[in-house]
Amino acid sequence: MIRFRVNGKEQTFDGDPDMPLLWYLRDVAGLTGTKFGCGMSLCGACTVHHNGQAIRSCSTPMKELSGTEITTIEGIAPIHPVQKAWMEIRVPQCGYCQTGQIMQAIALLKENKHPNDQDIDTAMAGNLCRCGTYQRIRAAIHQAAKELA
Amino acid sequence: MNINIIANVSRRGFLQGVVASGVFVLSARFVPEPLWAAEGEAAAPGIEPSLWMSIASDGTVTIVAHRSEMGCGSRTALPLVVADELDADWAKVKIDQAIGDPKYGDQDTDGSHSVRSYFDQMRQVGAAGRAMLISAAAAQWNVPPKDCATEPHLVVHKASGRKLGYGDLAAAAAKQPVPKKEDLQFKSKFEWSYIGKETNALFDLPDMVTGKAVFGMDATMPGMVYASIEHPPVLGQKIKSYDDKAALKVPGVRKTLTIDTVTPPHLFKPLGGVAVIGDNTWATFKGRKALKVEWDSSPNSSYNSDAFRKTLESTSRQPGKVVRNVGDVDAAFAKGGKIIEAEYYTPHLAHASMEPPVAVAEYRDGKVVAWAPTQNPQAVQDTVAAALGIKKEDVTCHVPLLGGGFGRKSKPDQVAEAAVLSKQLGKPVKVVWTREDDIRFDYFHSVAAMYMKAAVGANGKPTAWLQRTVYPPIGSTFNADAKYADDEMGLGWNNLPFDIPNHRAENGPADYHVRIGWLRSVANIYHAFAIHSFADELAHAAGRDPVQYLLELIGTGRIVDLKPKGDDAEDARLYPLDTARLRRVVEMAAEKSSWGKHPMGKGRGMGIAAHRSFLTYVATVVEVEVDSKGQVHIPNVWTALDAGTVVSPDNVRNQFEGAAVFGTSLALFGEITATNGAIDQSNFHNYQLARMNRAPRHVDVQIVDSDAPPAGVGEPGLPPFAPALYNAVFVATGKRARELPLSKTRLV
Repeated sequence: MIRFRVNGKEQTFDGDPDMPLLWYLRDVAGLTGTKFGCGMSLCGACTVHHNGQAIRSCSTPMKELSGTEITTIEGIAPIHPVQKAWMEIRVPQCGYCQTGQIMQAIALLKENKHPNDQDIDTAMAGNLCRCGTYQRIRAAIHQAAKELA
Repeated sequence: MNINIIANVSRRGFLQGVVASGVFVLSARFVPEPLWAAEGEAAAPGIEPSLWMSIASDGTVTIVAHRSEMGCGSRTALPLVVADELDADWAKVKIDQAIGDPKYGDQDTDGSHSVRSYFDQMRQVGAAGRAMLISAAAAQWNVPPKDCATEPHLVVHKASGRKLGYGDLAAAAAKQPVPKKEDLQFKSKFEWSYIGKETNALFDLPDMVTGKAVFGMDATMPGMVYASIEHPPVLGQKIKSYDDKAALKVPGVRKTLTIDTVTPPHLFKPLGGVAVIGDNTWATFKGRKALKVEWDSSPNSSYNSDAFRKTLESTSRQPGKVVRNVGDVDAAFAKGGKIIEAEYYTPHLAHASMEPPVAVAEYRDGKVVAWAPTQNPQAVQDTVAAALGIKKEDVTCHVPLLGGGFGRKSKPDQVAEAAVLSKQLGKPVKVVWTREDDIRFDYFHSVAAMYMKAAVGANGKPTAWLQRTVYPPIGSTFNADAKYADDEMGLGWNNLPFDIPNHRAENGPADYHVRIGWLRSVANIYHAFAIHSFADELAHAAGRDPVQYLLELIGTGRIVDLKPKGDDAEDARLYPLDTARLRRVVEMAAEKSSWGKHPMGKGRGMGIAAHRSFLTYVATVVEVEVDSKGQVHIPNVWTALDAGTVVSPDNVRNQFEGAAVFGTSLALFGEITATNGAIDQSNFHNYQLARMNRAPRHVDVQIVDSDAPPAGVGEPGLPPFAPALYNAVFVATGKRARELPLSKTRLV
């Protein structure tokens, strides 16, 4: 039995310990804001926070989660300044990767209150957007940083 | 997200919820055109099954979006047009996504034509509703309708200042006769509240940033099981034998089932294979890894990309089918003088939308209900009906948001898989494709070889231009004997806009060995790559500035007579190929980029290409920096476009910003290859997409202010990008690369 917290609530899991967190969130917990994109930590669509750090839930097995705190996009109290900036700059096209992008951006801004372009590129390079909204993502992160400052 | 939540916003739920409270509905008879035959009859609230728009007594306006939302914005754009002519308050508008049904007309959200094809009709829907609301208010006030006007969501009696809200008028408006089409009054461009406004945002934007948006991947059905399918590695391979003992020991795996291997024509039929059924997605993925399958050989097992390339190139050097002929290129070439030849090659590409193919379907009592991220819910009806031998009308396809589409999701093979498995299992089935499935079993963008030849006069301009293109056609997916391109010819090949006295365009035959499909801007990608690389080669051979040379190639402003037939003729009437519009975007992009004013060479370069596709004129300037390791950086892109009337300019800019990134992916990295019939790539480590650190740093998009009818915006940004980039790389390095992607060419 694995005990952990998701968005502040105590949870237990006694299924396949190899199951990645992504599929627990989506298929077991019904938290579908976290997306499946590649299954290999290559695209970032599944990004959630693990004790406050951005991780790829598609490659994090349940057996590693004992005693940890997971935050998904559903656990971000709306409207976070990052989400607000995303709306003001109208970042999304299809929207599918954007929850992962937002979770990555929130984690970045926790560690680095004033990221420059280079910092943003480095932090966000693991999050693919096939629609190609990177320019707006970068602008939205700068805008959110200003609001958070 | 539970299906019940989705069902609550489906139209059935909507109707049940509001009919009782008095509702105004505007039926499908407004669209498409032939349905106007029923005009003049009163709208029948609640019993007309096909609705475009309704108003509830609380003032909520519900507009049906019948085109799929995959990121291009049509689900927002068309309802904005209705709301504008209705004079509705957008804050009181809800959007109801249509199921697949021919009564809506064409729902295949491809070809960049949602707004183009439905702009007028949506204006009619809105204007008719507004007229009926005015009539209802005028009757209540006992004044002539012409003395009334509207403000957002209100009818106003101009003389007395009396006002009635749309919600209060809904029930009475429903009883008004539907106005005749010729009596409809439309707003002038200057009265538009939403069309063309910078403030328009996607309807689903708030849900997209909070994780509430429901994509196909998020759809569920009560009691469903999950399935993951081991497809034949080579198209057409049958199962020789399989061993599922280890797979069945995986926790959560329930059983395995087989699906018959597809036979040509492949259409959108299931590929076949072994399906692992389980309690959750992960169990089925893990079960598949434990599965042992032996496959028979297939005629496609001989497919090797290197050898196939040689075949295509060899064909491209032979005369092909003539698809456009102007003057006499052979006579011009026979005169001698300076002849320039070049060959270009582009590989297969995979769509790789961020959401892989997925569907949930339930077969029960001869009927199927499916939820699928599809660009074409009517194709879902056709495909599922054919797979199960049931009637199309007995297939209901709901359309959640699509996590990208790019043409892949016009092909609903995975929905048929879910339906076929559901029939065997007697319960709803959710089929989830892995990324590896998505990349290996795509309907691939075709591999292509192009041969170009020009005779150049004393002034450096071509007197003759021959272009020949060869690739497995999309038609091969629908007709196994198809060897020549068909519709692809209109995608940038039989409509060269250059002013050249002798010109011939040809197409040579090719066989297919994988499923071929359309990918964002389709054949324009390789056609534009060859044409605009070659144009740039001629400019440099003549020692001319590429922009000035390009403008001379385009020639003076004129309408190019393409002698169109069929649908093309209708397009040509409404959307003639106007070189003045093409010149204008070239001049705009050049001006915005300060073309000619930057120091070039020694690792820095700028290149240009201009291409009309989906009736939109686009010019793109790409700036590159090539570092000492040969890595290409793209500090700037300037794009100018003329798409006629634009509904949401900011969304249009987003589409073109995105096209520059999509273009970077295919220009720098994109390549799908086959070895012995099996696809070599599988995930984002070996099928790379542009990431933020490799994407263009800044993309500037200029939209020509135009009163012309709306044209496409989802696709046209892509074709000029790769040739403009390659032309820039030539300036920066002196190296002329003639094949995609650039990673195949050593730059240092």
